[in-house]
Amino acid sequence: MPKIIVEVMPKADLLDPQGKAVANALHRQGYGKIQNVRIGKRIEIHLADAPTAEDLEGAREIAESFLSNGVIEDVVNIHVEA
Amino acid sequence: MKIGVVTFPGTLDDRDAARAVRLAGAEVVPLWHADANLHKVDAVVLPGGFSYGDYLRCGAIAAQAPVTQEIVKAANGGLPVLGICNGFQVLVESHLLPGGLIRNENQHFICRDQKLRVENVDTAWTNAFELNQEITIPLKNGEGGYIADAETLKRLEGEGLVAFRYLEVNPNGSMNDIAGLRNERGNVVGLMPHPEHAVEAGFGPDTFGTMRSGVDGAKFFESVIKAVVNA
Repeated sequence: MPKIIVEVMPKADLLDPQGKAVANALHRQGYGKIQNVRIGKRIEIHLADAPTAEDLEGAREIAESFLSNGVIEDVVNIHVEA
Repeated sequence: MKIGVVTFPGTLDDRDAARAVRLAGAEVVPLWHADANLHKVDAVVLPGGFSYGDYLRCGAIAAQAPVTQEIVKAANGGLPVLGICNGFQVLVESHLLPGGLIRNENQHFICRDQKLRVENVDTAWTNAFELNQEITIPLKNGEGGYIADAETLKRLEGEGLVAFRYLEVNPNGSMNDIAGLRNERGNVVGLMPHPEHAVEAGFGPDTFGTMRSGVDGAKFFESVIKAVVNA
C-alpha cells in the first residue's frame, strides 16, 4: 500500500515538555549520556495508487495547513513509502 | 438575546456554559458541530473540554468543523465569540486569535482557583469589569501554555490585546503570564480559565472567608448582553 509519510516536530526553539519528561525518565533509568529528547509525530497518508506529483503537492498543503500548526511545529520531512 | 453554545464530540463544559448564559438572562441556542448554521444567535460561546479527544492538536479538528467555519465568518463580521479553554484552543487553531497553546510547562494537568487581572475592558465580553480588576476564576488544563513569537508578543502587548493575565501563580508557563486575549475588533475573546464555573454562589471558587462563593465569571455573560443590546 503506497503511503506518503509526513513528519512533524515541535519547533526547535520551543520548550518540548513531553520530550523533557522522557529525557528525565531516561536519566532516572541510568542513560546519562542522553542530552535531550524531542518528540514529534509521524503521519502516514495511505493512497490507493502510487502517489503522483500532484498527490505529493496536496500532501504538502495538508501537512502545512492541518497536520501541523506552523506557530508551534515544523514539517521536517515528507516522503513516499512503497 | 440568544447566545449559541457549541458542542463538539468531546466537549465537556457546554452545559455549564449554557447555565451561565441562562443565569445572566439570555436564551441558550445549542449549536451542533456538524451543523453549518448559527441560527441567528447574537453571540457564540466555544466551551471547554476535549473536543475530538485532543487528537492531532487540541482544538485542531474542531477548527475544521462545519459550525466553526460559520463562526469564523461571523466573527470576521463582528459577532461576539468567547472561547473558554478548549474553546480558546479552537480560536487559536482557527486563527481568530494569534499564537499557540502547548502542553503545560510543568507537565502537570492543573486544577486551581486562579487569580487573574482583567487588562482590557473594551471588549464584548469584559465591558462589565473595571480595568485592572482582580478576579478569581477556576482553571483546569493540561495544554494551557500560551506561546507566540517575539514579534507577535510585542504586538499583543503594544496594542493592548492581552485581556487577562495570571496573577500570583503562572499555572502553565504561558509567555508573559498571558491567560487570555482579545482580537483587534474586541468581539473575540479567548481565555484558558473557566468563567462559567464562577457564576453562582455555592458553586464557584472560594473567596476570602466564604467557601465556593466566587461569582466573578458572571460578568463575562453580563458584558456580552450589554454589548449586544448597545450595538
